[in-house]
Amino acid sequence: MVPLQWYLILAAALFCIGLYAVLARRNAIAILMGVELMLNAVNINLVAFWRYTEPAAATGQAFAAFVYAVAAAEVAVGLALIVSIYRNRETVDVDEINLLKW
Amino acid sequence: MTVQQVLFLLFGAIAVGAAVGMVTARKVFHAALWMLLAFFGVAGLYVLLEAPFFAAAQLFVYMGAIGVLIIYAIMLTRGMMRQRLPRVNDQWWFAGLLAAVFLGVLAWLVWQHPWATTAAAVPGDSLNRLGLTLVDPEGFALPFEVASVLLVMALIGAVTIVRER
Repeated sequence: MVPLQWYLILAAALFCIGLYAVLARRNAIAILMGVELMLNAVNINLVAFWRYTEPAAATGQAFAAFVYAVAAAEVAVGLALIVSIYRNRETVDVDEINLLKW
Repeated sequence: MTVQQVLFLLFGAIAVGAAVGMVTARKVFHAALWMLLAFFGVAGLYVLLEAPFFAAAQLFVYMGAIGVLIIYAIMLTRGMMRQRLPRVNDQWWFAGLLAAVFLGVLAWLVWQHPWATTAAAVPGDSLNRLGLTLVDPEGFALPFEVASVLLVMALIGAVTIVRER
C-alpha cells in the first residue's frame, strides 16, 4: 500500500504550485486556475486522511464534497467577475485592474 | 514496489507535471489544457484511494464543468489571448521563493511524523454511508442545505454580475 505521506507531500507540491500561480501570474483566469489547483490539493489531503484513518466513517468524504460545492460556486462567481471586468476595462491583467487601489 | 505504488507515482507525476506546465504555459489557453490534465491525474489518485465517487466527481465537476467554464471565460476575453504580455508579474521571483520555502516546510513537517502506512479496508457500502451522512440531521444535513443555498446564490450572483446593463 502507498504510505500516507506520499499523498501528503504530493498534495503539498500541488498546493505550492497553485500558490505560485496565484501570486505570480498576471492573467486573472490563470490566477483562478491556481486557486482550483490549491482546492484540489486540499481535497487530496481530505480523502487521503479519510482513507488512512477512518474509512468506516464518511466524515472526510463529506468535507471533500463540500469543498467541491464551494469550488464550483467560487469559479462561477470569479469568472463572472472577470468577464464583467473585461467588458468594462478591456483587460484581465491584474496589474492593470487597480480601480480600488489607493 | 507494488502495483499501487507504481500507479501512484504515475498519476502523481501526471498531476504535478501538468500543474508545472499550467503555471509555466505562455498562453492561458494552453494553461487551461494543462489544468485539465492535472485534474485527470488527481482523479487517478482518487481511484487509488478507493474513493470512486470522487474520481467520477473529479471528471464531471472539475474536468467537465469547471474546465468548460474556464475555457468559455478565456474565449470571452479573447483580446487577452492575442497580446504578447509577459505571463508573470514583477514579484514572480518572490512568489516562487515563497512557494518553494512553503513546500520545503510542509514536506519537512510531513516527513517528521510517522504516518500510517497501512489502513483498514474500505467498507463496501462507503458511498451509501457518505450519502446517509450528508442527509443525516446528526451529521451534515445543515451544511448540505447551506451548500445548496450557496450554489443557488452563486448562480444568481454570476448571472447578475455579467448581465448587460
